[in-house]
Amino acid sequence: MATLSAVLATTHHPFFYKATELTPREDQLPQAGEWKAKVAAYQETLTAAEPELLVMVGSDHFHQFFYDNYPTFLIGKQPRYDATFYNEIREFSLPTYELEGHEELSGYMFQGLLDRGFDLSISHELKLDHSIICPIITTRPQADLPIVPIYTNIFAPPLPSPKRFYDLGRAIREIIDEYPSDKRVAAVGSGHLSLELGGPRMFGEHGPDPAWDVQAIQWLANGDIDAILANVTWESMSKSGNATPGFLDLILMLGIAGPEPASYVDDLDLFHTREMYVTWYPDGDPRDRAATAEAEIPEAVRA
Amino acid sequence: MSKYAVNKFLFQVDRDPELLAKYKADPEAMVAEWQAEYAPYLGSQGQRVERTSWVRLEPAERTALVDHDYVALFEMGVHYFLTLTIFIGIYDEDYMERGGPLAFQHEYAKKLEHWLGKDYPSVAC
Repeated sequence: MATLSAVLATTHHPFFYKATELTPREDQLPQAGEWKAKVAAYQETLTAAEPELLVMVGSDHFHQFFYDNYPTFLIGKQPRYDATFYNEIREFSLPTYELEGHEELSGYMFQGLLDRGFDLSISHELKLDHSIICPIITTRPQADLPIVPIYTNIFAPPLPSPKRFYDLGRAIREIIDEYPSDKRVAAVGSGHLSLELGGPRMFGEHGPDPAWDVQAIQWLANGDIDAILANVTWESMSKSGNATPGFLDLILMLGIAGPEPASYVDDLDLFHTREMYVTWYPDGDPRDRAATAEAEIPEAVRA
Repeated sequence: MSKYAVNKFLFQVDRDPELLAKYKADPEAMVAEWQAEYAPYLGSQGQRVERTSWVRLEPAERTALVDHDYVALFEMGVHYFLTLTIFIGIYDEDYMERGGPLAFQHEYAKKLEHWLGKDYPSVAC
């Protein structure tokens, strides 16, 4: 059976690459250095899990999907995936990518989800947008692992409930656990904390609801799905920012991890949003194993 | 309000650099062209074969698009992401030269500040 070696839930900031890699140092944001260091530390939490395959959760931002045929949940099943869209390159200066797919796990996941009552759409011509490419840039910049992309609708209401997102995550977890393979799989998904776009609270000094952000990070860090389900609704998220329902994808990631405390939690208050980086290790924290292994090396040998 | 048609306009124009350039240079002509040549065709991908009989802009929607009036579009419940990204595509560079980073976005937010503390119009179609 496959090993789920890490689950990462993160915000995705489309300007990270431009702000740190493309902007001369003298013109960078004051937080650019700290931002880069936090992203590097977060990247290490995935590297330490030694993944061979990535299940990636994200959401199209009206780049490929539109109201004429908007999937609620969708899985890609392709040999390769292209990214990114013209208007994301225009707006965010994102590079283009061609990622390898993993059609076998895509097919197994699709069937497993159908069997569990999740009637996903399937795409054989899915192009990835920044919800998946930004986490590639931050957590796996070498872009060398095959992926299985799962897209959700966090954007075009009405949406499924937070519980439905959590339950979908639980189903994805079961399927990864049952996947007949010796591969080490990591799940990496991105969403939002409080966020406003195209409204009066956008691009302020902080995100639209900093207090909500702190609470939301605590819920995820503690694996407290009961508190999330008691407090988070479409209406409550919308009061914290018109794009805050992107939090649903982070709830989905908690579903994959299960109601467990995270092993790694970090965040960064930026000028218009709070960035967040969370990692769970269902297979045990590989950083502990590395430390134990080092401790067991006899002093003489270590010297 | 059809709302769907306005969202379709923003979606199609934002993802096509030629259409976007026309919308910036001559919005009235561009909106008229879209109404005649794009709206009547099925789907969002710009195909020109299968027709739909009902997708068209209402007069107030057409006016808001011609005027680049993102406040009116917000108040109609047009999707916030489609509206923001297309007008960033049109205005960001010009505002940046005059007012520095995020100058356009800050003006945009300021023009909507009368909505602070209120429930926003729904973006459901």
